[in-house]
Amino acid sequence: MNKNFKTIMWLAVALLGAFAVAGIALNRGESINALWIITAAVCVYAIGYRFYSAWIAARVLVIDETRATPAERLDNGRDFVPTNKWIVFGHHFAAIAGPGPLIGPTLAAQFGYLPGTLWILIGAVLGGAVQDMVILFFSTRRNGRSLGQMARDEIGAIGGTAALIGTFLIMIILIAVLGLVVVNAMKHSPWATSTVAATIPIAMIVGIYMRNIRPGRVLEASIIGVVLLLLSVWGGGWISDHETLRTWFDHDGLPLAYAIIVYGFAAAVLPVWLLLAPRDYLSTFMKLGTILLLAIAIVILRPEIHMPAVTQFVDGTGPIFGGKLFPFVFITIACGAISGFHALIASGTTPKLLTNERDIRMIGYGGMLLESFVAIMAMIAATVLEPGIFFAINSPAGVVGKEAVDAIAKINSWGFAVTVEQMQQLAKDMGESTLFARTGGAPSLAVGMASIFGSAFGKHLLALWYHFAIMFEAIFILTTLDAGTRVGRFMLQDMLGNFNKKLGETSYMPSVVFTSSVVVAGWGYFLYIGVIDPNGGVNILWPLFGIANQMLAAIALCVATGILVKSGKLKYAWVTALPLLWLVIVTTTAAYQKVFSSDIRVGFLAAADDMATKLYSGVLPPEKAAVAPQLIFNQHLDAYLTLFFVVVLWVVIVDMLRLCARYLAGKRVPKLSEVPHEPSRMVEDWVRD
Amino acid sequence: MLKKIKHLWHIIRRLAGDDAYEQYLKHHAEFHQSTVDAPPPLSRKEFFKLWQDDKWKGVKRCC
Repeated sequence: MNKNFKTIMWLAVALLGAFAVAGIALNRGESINALWIITAAVCVYAIGYRFYSAWIAARVLVIDETRATPAERLDNGRDFVPTNKWIVFGHHFAAIAGPGPLIGPTLAAQFGYLPGTLWILIGAVLGGAVQDMVILFFSTRRNGRSLGQMARDEIGAIGGTAALIGTFLIMIILIAVLGLVVVNAMKHSPWATSTVAATIPIAMIVGIYMRNIRPGRVLEASIIGVVLLLLSVWGGGWISDHETLRTWFDHDGLPLAYAIIVYGFAAAVLPVWLLLAPRDYLSTFMKLGTILLLAIAIVILRPEIHMPAVTQFVDGTGPIFGGKLFPFVFITIACGAISGFHALIASGTTPKLLTNERDIRMIGYGGMLLESFVAIMAMIAATVLEPGIFFAINSPAGVVGKEAVDAIAKINSWGFAVTVEQMQQLAKDMGESTLFARTGGAPSLAVGMASIFGSAFGKHLLALWYHFAIMFEAIFILTTLDAGTRVGRFMLQDMLGNFNKKLGETSYMPSVVFTSSVVVAGWGYFLYIGVIDPNGGVNILWPLFGIANQMLAAIALCVATGILVKSGKLKYAWVTALPLLWLVIVTTTAAYQKVFSSDIRVGFLAAADDMATKLYSGVLPPEKAAVAPQLIFNQHLDAYLTLFFVVVLWVVIVDMLRLCARYLAGKRVPKLSEVPHEPSRMVEDWVRD
Repeated sequence: MLKKIKHLWHIIRRLAGDDAYEQYLKHHAEFHQSTVDAPPPLSRKEFFKLWQDDKWKGVKRCC
């Protein structure tokens, strides 16, 4: 292509992007079309990828195409395998894209569509995608070492231990909040509960098929599984209409939480091939398929966004979670903008598959952009709902009241129009008894997706689309829950192995049962508290998860900044140091407010004091008084946990700064652990079959 | 057109791990059959068992 033409084309993309961003930012009319947001996103991603990531690859990391990757040097046909870049991209994306980018934006939509959208775009292009790409690069240069190992080798033992503990705790909180989201979607919904329950035997059938009937025939088994899943969505509707069968699946939150806890334990102890692996295949297929379908539906339908650009809740009085726009929008949208968890995937599996270093840009940076786009679609699906309906679904009973009339009156008083009849009709359309106070984001996302799918592919199937969306969310939430519990178990066994060799053996049954119990008890506790909390639990758990995830991202960026400085690239260190600085500001402010704020909906200690005062003065109704002591204890625990996260973060930062100062002063620092250069022998055409 | 569909099918199989055993046999033939008394490759069932267990060590799924 002609060089001038290219320049003109990129100028056009830049202008269109600027125009679209300005359009969504300055619009103060009734509504705005979702196409504006899509256009803004695509242009921002294109510019970020074409210029910023290329510059980082060429100047900061100095990617070397002639250098042999670990996959080439250590090829063993199993975990180190040189693989086509599109295949690696697929694996990497399937691994990083979980329920996070769907739930975060939905919750953050309480501030309006604008703040969340801007953070998803800016955060991904300047922060998240940079983190993923840089960590992927450093891990590739170190034979695919994990983030924790890199932290230990490059910064010191303190950094390594902090990364390990951080990962373990974030896993516990993540699983608890995801479990809570599923419980809230299944509460008193026989359709949702029976469909989600059916995914367990379906996964087992698929597992047995792949293992014993036709070993290794992954695609055949997955197709059978997907067909069964779709049948289970339809069958759930039948159960929901059945007089006696429906009572089997109609439960309160607490029994459902216990069921998930038992399930989590079973999944961690059972062999992977029976439940975890087949469920993962199904969830990956459903995930990729549904995201593609949603993208197509949004482009066909071009829905109007009904949520205002910015709502009055930026002042911190939001019903879904308390806290001001700064810092809480940046905490709520963790995945989709920048997610520390990705650093664990980018170091470990993915680097062992790379054929050539040049693929790092597309897989690391590009993979995160695609995940960010998923978050944008979730934001669109949440904001196409009428704001009144959005708040009616997402506001916990503790905030708006238990009765439909009270809730509606409260929401109307905020200036969002919605009626009881409207909500009843909507619940009926979706095949549910009620949609009030279905907190956690999954149900409102499902309503949004159902209305988009319904308008694009046929409205008469709304209830089926709704439960399809619930099943789609539940299946990969449960996959994260299984996989997370298992990873937690391995990590714990690894740690205990330092004290007692026998406990460290991953196949020693008493140790398996013991460590699995500890991990399940950890997240089970937070899940239990989340369910009994009248304010919905999400209000507490999601910010805690966000803080933990951003803390992990900050640790990853610390490692990256430390390595850049040690490699003599001080003048480029801002590439990771600036997002790090921002995350430190956000995480520390959020943690400070979560612990010390006097607003009882934000500060853990204030909430504990308030509840204690009410309990002793006897103004609490009996059912609330019964759970109050546990809630008070939990608020204290959450406060200490938050403090712990911040302390861990600052320890790593100080350690990194000390290291940089020593290096710049010419003192001795741990040597770079990069594997020496070896020329690549690979001929491109030979591997890229 | 047919070639493109074939290529797509190939990518899908590779992504899903459907052809992992064939890949393994190829690797085995190339690197481990140089001597006469080299051990024979694993059976499909044995290989799949190992492959699946390997795949699920460490952090494989994210939030």
